[in-house]
Amino acid sequence: MSAVASHAPSQDAPPRGLAHHFRDLDQQQSAATLGMWLFIAQEVMFFGGLFLAYTIYRSEYNDVFTIASHHLNVQMGAINTAVLICSSLTMAIAVHAAALGHRQQIVLFLILTILLGGVFLGVKVVEYKEKFDHHLVPGPHFSGHELKLEGDRERHAQIYYSLYFAMTGLHALHMIIGVPIILWIAWRAWRGEFSAAYNAPVELVGLYWHFVDIIWIFLFPLLYLIS
Amino acid sequence: MSERNNYLTNGYGVRSWLLTVDHKRIAILYLVSITLMFFIGAAFAACLRLELATPQGDVFQPETYNKIFTMHGVFMVFFFLIPSIPAVLGNFLIPIMIGAKDLAFPKLNLLSWYLYIFGAAFTLYAMVSGGLDTGWTFYTPYSTAYSNTAVISTGLGIFIAGFSSILTGLNFIVTIHKMRAPGLTWFRLPLFVWAHYATSIIQVLGTPVIAVTVLMVAVERMLHLGFFDPALGGDPILFQHMFWFYSHPAVYIMILPAMGVISELVTAMTRKRVFGYEFIAASSLTIAVVGFLVWGHHMFVSGQSTYAGFVFSALSYLVAIPSAIKVFNWVATLYKGSVSWDAPMLYTIGFIGLFTIGGLTGLFCAALGLDLHIHDTYFIVAHFHYIMVGGSIMAYLGGMHFWWPKITGRMYPEWWARVSAAVIFIGFNLTFFPQFILGYLGMPRRYHAYPDEFQVLNVLSSAGASILGIGYLIPMFYFAWSMRYGPKAAPNPWKAKGLEWGIASPPPTENFESQPIVTEEAYAYAEPASKPAGGGGHGTPVPA
Amino acid sequence: MGNWSFFFPEGASTTSGSVDALYLFLIAISVFFGALIAVLLAVFAVKFRRRSDDERPAEIHGSLPLELAWTLFPAGIVLIIFLWSAEVFFTLHRVPKDAMQIHVVGKRWMWKIQHMTGQREISELHVPVGVPVKLTLTSEDVIHSFFVPAFRIKKDAVPGRYNTIWFEATKPGKYHLFCAEYCGTKHSGMIGWVYVMEPAKFQAWLQGGASGGSLASAGERLFNDLACVTCHRADTGARGPALDGLFGKAVKLANGNTVTADEGYLRESIVQPSAKIVAGYQPIMPTFQGLVTEEQIVQLIAYIQTLGGAAGAGATAPAATAAAGATRR
Repeated sequence: MSAVASHAPSQDAPPRGLAHHFRDLDQQQSAATLGMWLFIAQEVMFFGGLFLAYTIYRSEYNDVFTIASHHLNVQMGAINTAVLICSSLTMAIAVHAAALGHRQQIVLFLILTILLGGVFLGVKVVEYKEKFDHHLVPGPHFSGHELKLEGDRERHAQIYYSLYFAMTGLHALHMIIGVPIILWIAWRAWRGEFSAAYNAPVELVGLYWHFVDIIWIFLFPLLYLIS
Repeated sequence: MSERNNYLTNGYGVRSWLLTVDHKRIAILYLVSITLMFFIGAAFAACLRLELATPQGDVFQPETYNKIFTMHGVFMVFFFLIPSIPAVLGNFLIPIMIGAKDLAFPKLNLLSWYLYIFGAAFTLYAMVSGGLDTGWTFYTPYSTAYSNTAVISTGLGIFIAGFSSILTGLNFIVTIHKMRAPGLTWFRLPLFVWAHYATSIIQVLGTPVIAVTVLMVAVERMLHLGFFDPALGGDPILFQHMFWFYSHPAVYIMILPAMGVISELVTAMTRKRVFGYEFIAASSLTIAVVGFLVWGHHMFVSGQSTYAGFVFSALSYLVAIPSAIKVFNWVATLYKGSVSWDAPMLYTIGFIGLFTIGGLTGLFCAALGLDLHIHDTYFIVAHFHYIMVGGSIMAYLGGMHFWWPKITGRMYPEWWARVSAAVIFIGFNLTFFPQFILGYLGMPRRYHAYPDEFQVLNVLSSAGASILGIGYLIPMFYFAWSMRYGPKAAPNPWKAKGLEWGIASPPPTENFESQPIVTEEAYAYAEPASKPAGGGGHGTPVPA
Repeated sequence: MGNWSFFFPEGASTTSGSVDALYLFLIAISVFFGALIAVLLAVFAVKFRRRSDDERPAEIHGSLPLELAWTLFPAGIVLIIFLWSAEVFFTLHRVPKDAMQIHVVGKRWMWKIQHMTGQREISELHVPVGVPVKLTLTSEDVIHSFFVPAFRIKKDAVPGRYNTIWFEATKPGKYHLFCAEYCGTKHSGMIGWVYVMEPAKFQAWLQGGASGGSLASAGERLFNDLACVTCHRADTGARGPALDGLFGKAVKLANGNTVTADEGYLRESIVQPSAKIVAGYQPIMPTFQGLVTEEQIVQLIAYIQTLGGAAGAGATAPAATAAAGATRR
């Protein structure tokens, strides 16, 4: 078939990582970045539905929401917040290293990000287990006993915990999906695929991770700090 | 016309199709899938109209009838109307129309198709394992706490197909922003591209909301939670707000691409620049934005506040105006044009007429005082079918005829196409016009049996439906026939402007032999053909 | 209404005429614009049909004056339609002050109707002509919708809340009642009749059927049976707020907000008492959800409406209202 036509200055081989349908790496990276921002926009709308439900029910059942919120482990939540912010820092350093083409630094800081993400998820497991033990997982075994709530107030508490698990669970799912992706990018970095000229994948996974962090920064006060 | 290698002949075998990343092949994959989904949805419609020909519920059990109208809605809305034009014509044409080799993310495009198939598979499974009976609108608490049918599996199917829609929209937005040919400024873009850009914004921002809503319904149903169930402290009206927040913009996903097709057809079939190009482009964006603000007009009788009712009604009238502007501009394009009477033009004229009626009846629905009477009656059913069927499907068929020679390299038989366009037009009006009258008389929607006095109009409607069905079947035959026996098509059989008409029919895999450069406005029919570098300005025919 | 009955249902309420007038106005506009577009399309398609393949049509970009015209003119028309329809809607929404109160509970697949005097009906509603009637709607299970085409009104019956709609019938007769929100298997069977009767006949009908006394007296019995009276007393130190004169008054809540004690508030206080705690009281009221049916809640509310001389709507004797209604035109 005919050769790929391009307006690139005379080169024998296209630059590393350039897909056949793009003119040059600039166009490709620019497209990839816009694509990631659009993806993040739709994720915001996705979480938005749950934030809306939360807003409505919190204003309806403020009393019970406050009681249930006090029952969450604020220390663990605060630790997780700090851990996630640190992981955003390590991610930012990794992205910066990629822009400079420092291979070892990229790998190191991506791995650190993954480790911090793992800590976050570990703490979440502990938290969820505590809820499970106290019969605060919504469903057939839910009980307001631990919170000293009964009747309709128990039902309102179940709504709170449904939102708690839905929102933090969805967030955790995004982290669980993110970790292998960061691992994959770290592996590609270790293989030397990235350079100052081509590092979009690191930048994009960074965008994704910062988004996941920002969602948590909203979730933490809304769920843990109702007063 | 040499037997040059084109995208259809570039690789044979199942793997070359199922693992393709060529946007044109993916468009064909979608074409086959959505056509199948259409006929499944149409079969359900046939059953509906059969039952409704008599006042008694004597053909199906009530439970079965309820599943039939539900599945008709689910298949038609989520698996036919929403993907149809963007996934088939948009996928095929957008890269070519902007002078690119492919969409920005070809692999994501293939993923979109697989997600669509996966979602359709779930829904088909739900259908054969008993079906769904909640209506395509899933209102709670019926869907979460009372229905005994396949709510969760259908919901999952819709959830997955939703991501197909989101990724297609994302792909289109990035492509249109970043991959336009040199010289192709925004205001030189074909209006088809503008329409899909506006549609894609809605797809990306609106679809996630129904995704999370369906998820909440599924989880509530599984675990007996209380988001939407008043017995557990929840609010059924919250479901309606979340559902319609997407599902109203969804109807603009279904009509904006159709309007894009009509803009292309009206100019090509009159060989005259579209009247008011900027106004049509701006209207598409306006509809996309304002369309997000009117969802409450589906809830005028639900008990939302009067104040909210006033706001939603006013905004609904506002969103009608850009559509009116488009209709006037299209009609004005015919003035002093060179009007062809070929099938694409017949579909265009049919669209403009039927969409106008559908849009005007929207004014009835948005009228607060009137909606109290016509809400949830056949008036509403008639209104949206005029837009979806008289509008979107006619535009889709018009577009399929117009671009058929480009997609397949063959011409369809013109006489048969004109006949089926006429049959469709007549069958459609006979099916749906009586429903306006039925609705005002008070016949509610989703009724399996009805009072005797409504029978005459229902019989007319069912008779129309059989004619409409025949009208839809005829093109299936001649399109299939044309792929083997139709005359081979020239690169530009319509002598139209547009980058797609400057390349071979069917196009080669990489679309252009060299990067086209655009030097003229869109639809520059009256100007002499320019000679741009690289062989392929707007619509210059390439020598055979 | 001779041959128009093919297109219009009978109009039997004070507002059906204004809804029909709005409808006719919209039809006129639609016919005008529909015909305009159709004629223009037909004329242009014929007059400018392609006669030779080499035709070069005129180059016309557009026309700003034309764009402005066909933007502003339709904008003006839709503004008129909006204002007119909002006015009709407002009339349909504003319940006349002394309307006859009737409670409707939708349940799969029937309408359970309670008159204040105690009559119960299933999927039938008897009303006197010439008297404004206020319907308070709710549902025991899923969402239903109360639809009377002859009155041109419809309102959803939503579980967990009260919706209201009103009408005043103008012609004795028998009119369709439909459920207009899909509710499952027998949705199309959830239909019935509205019987509009001359005042005298309506009186006779009322006399004929009350079994357990008025709604309010049934409510009083429940109030005692369920021991509401042990907490809701007028003396200080009572665990719950006193209910005398409560209906229709403003209530200050513990969170600082103020609400009106209408039917919806009373219903919520019975099934979800913790949602709104009155200032100065503890959230100790148990929920009665599941212990009382929607109809029993209606009876309790009817009783509360009569306490302490509160002028609750519909608490006045129906005889007086019906007689007054005959002279009100």
